[in-house]
Amino acid sequence: MSDMLEARRPLSPHLTVYRPMLTMMMSIAHRITGAALYVGTLLLVWYLVAAASGEASFATVSWFMQSFFGQLILFGFTFALLHHFFGGVRHMIWDAGYGFDHPMREWLARGTIICSVVTTLVLFIAAHVYG
Amino acid sequence: MGNSVGRERTSMRSMVRRVDHLGAAKSGTRDAWLMRLTSVALLFLAIGFICIVLSLSGKGLPQVRAEFAHPFVAIIMLLFILASIVHMKIGMQSIIDDYVHAPHAKEWALMLNVFFCVGTGVAAIFAVLKLSGI
Repeated sequence: MSDMLEARRPLSPHLTVYRPMLTMMMSIAHRITGAALYVGTLLLVWYLVAAASGEASFATVSWFMQSFFGQLILFGFTFALLHHFFGGVRHMIWDAGYGFDHPMREWLARGTIICSVVTTLVLFIAAHVYG
Repeated sequence: MGNSVGRERTSMRSMVRRVDHLGAAKSGTRDAWLMRLTSVALLFLAIGFICIVLSLSGKGLPQVRAEFAHPFVAIIMLLFILASIVHMKIGMQSIIDDYVHAPHAKEWALMLNVFFCVGTGVAAIFAVLKLSGI
């Protein structure tokens, strides 16, 4: 609102100058997975409301969830959830004051990726074996 | 800290702005605290949610209703929905605060964010309650 009156202030360059590092990428991934989960709540609401509405709408959502495209979206949603979950644990470790020093912060980032990938695969295999 | 007379000022903010704890996002520690609160809650509730979803996969409607008829399942699901709404509202608000600056777009985006979160939350809560046969 005061844009008209003041000169635009110079902005310190960021994306144009920093070489991408793991911790930087993990930080933006945490935000991206969060935004993806935000949109993904529509999927959960669709399932629940369809189930509450009766057999016809539940049949539609069931069909979609079991289709290839639906499974792909569920897989992506699961990965986003787990990545954001383990990223959140990483943030809690930082809130407690640990893990800022050099090897530790890289290991926390790697740990998040490894845990989220492994857990997603385990859950998906379990769902298909037992479901 | 309140007295800037007779010693070196360390902050350039006025005294009112220093005590009302409001930053550029127009809310201060409350949102930060709620994020930590909901995150801890979601540590447990998300695990519960994942277990419930795994249990529901492949089930038909009568079994889904039977599952939500268990008070424990419905309660965990409701708590998960509640914590998630608060968490995602603040999270998306941070994203809007960071990237949307145009004069009216920002206010509209913040409003739509609240509407989306409350809307999906109420829809999900209603559906769970209905499925549980309450």
